[in-house]
Amino acid sequence: MKYIEPHGHMVSRTTDDYEKLALSGCEAICEPAFWAGFDRSSADGFYDYFRQLTEYEPKRAAKYGIKHYSWLCINPKEADDPGFAREVMSLIPQFLDCPTVLGIGEIGLNKNTRNELTIFEEHVQLAVDRDLPILIHTPHLEDKLKGTRLILDSLASFSQLDRAKVIIDHVEEHTISHVLDSGYWAGMTLYPESKCSPNRAIDMLELYGPERLWMNSACDWGHSDPLAVPKCALEMKRRQHSAQSIENIIYQNPRKFLSQSTRFTL
Amino acid sequence: MPSKQDLLDLQFIDVRHKLIDIAAFLDRIDRHPGEPDYRYEALQKALLTLLLDRPDRARAVLESLSDHSTGVTERAPFQGAFGAALPLIADH
Repeated sequence: MKYIEPHGHMVSRTTDDYEKLALSGCEAICEPAFWAGFDRSSADGFYDYFRQLTEYEPKRAAKYGIKHYSWLCINPKEADDPGFAREVMSLIPQFLDCPTVLGIGEIGLNKNTRNELTIFEEHVQLAVDRDLPILIHTPHLEDKLKGTRLILDSLASFSQLDRAKVIIDHVEEHTISHVLDSGYWAGMTLYPESKCSPNRAIDMLELYGPERLWMNSACDWGHSDPLAVPKCALEMKRRQHSAQSIENIIYQNPRKFLSQSTRFTL
Repeated sequence: MPSKQDLLDLQFIDVRHKLIDIAAFLDRIDRHPGEPDYRYEALQKALLTLLLDRPDRARAVLESLSDHSTGVTERAPFQGAFGAALPLIADH
């Protein structure tokens, strides 16, 4: 079995995890920029982080035969300070020509504030200006529904935006139809406690079909499982999904979306 | 597509385990001291949807536990999410 991990925060994971991913059939990992678990004290912290994403992690992954790609942005949590966020955003263009950078992400909302929304829209404009794919984070728990609605309303104001190049991640049963009905891709995140369990993700796959849908582990420094995607594939097999339908959702679909960046090759 | 029987064979024990865990959690909260909490009240309200005759109970539970306010503040008054909307925000 081969698969793509389209959303994993490998800077937070050990080298042993790379080995486990390789042994499980992972051929490529895509890593969006995110909150480190603490607020960084200066834009220099992000400069170093962007170097880690574009220089160090691809080499670490390559030792296990895995291709590593990244998405760049300032995450929505730290974007609640617009002055700081713009300072960080000024660093991004110099990294966008790196050979493994796919696009802008994971942008979005955290506590659904006006400041977060402003910086979100500035990121979207940056992506539109450069014709880059966009990966969008939707808020946690009780904030997800409202945040998803705000994000969709905001995106609707970008007339130049190609919706096929936007994936809205961490959907659940109460947000997935809003995203798919609006023409965007949707990501289902498999987490042990929040977001989706494997069985709920498979339910949504059965209810909404495989079109414009992917699964990811979003493994990071918190309670998460880097092998969530192959474990979900096993659960699909137990629920009598065919080998082809499993490959479609864990390999072909992410490859189709990600290949909209010419840098993504497998 | 698996039958009802197939799914019950595959998942009943796991779901039974989770159901008893919820029951034990409710018992535990009831017997410990403390003030009423919005999260517990939200959970009780969400539990009522489980026995409704509708095909989208998971969606209904998630919607029940969501913030339905429409206002947007300039900055976040606090960070973090707690799983149920704070009453003041939900009523906003």
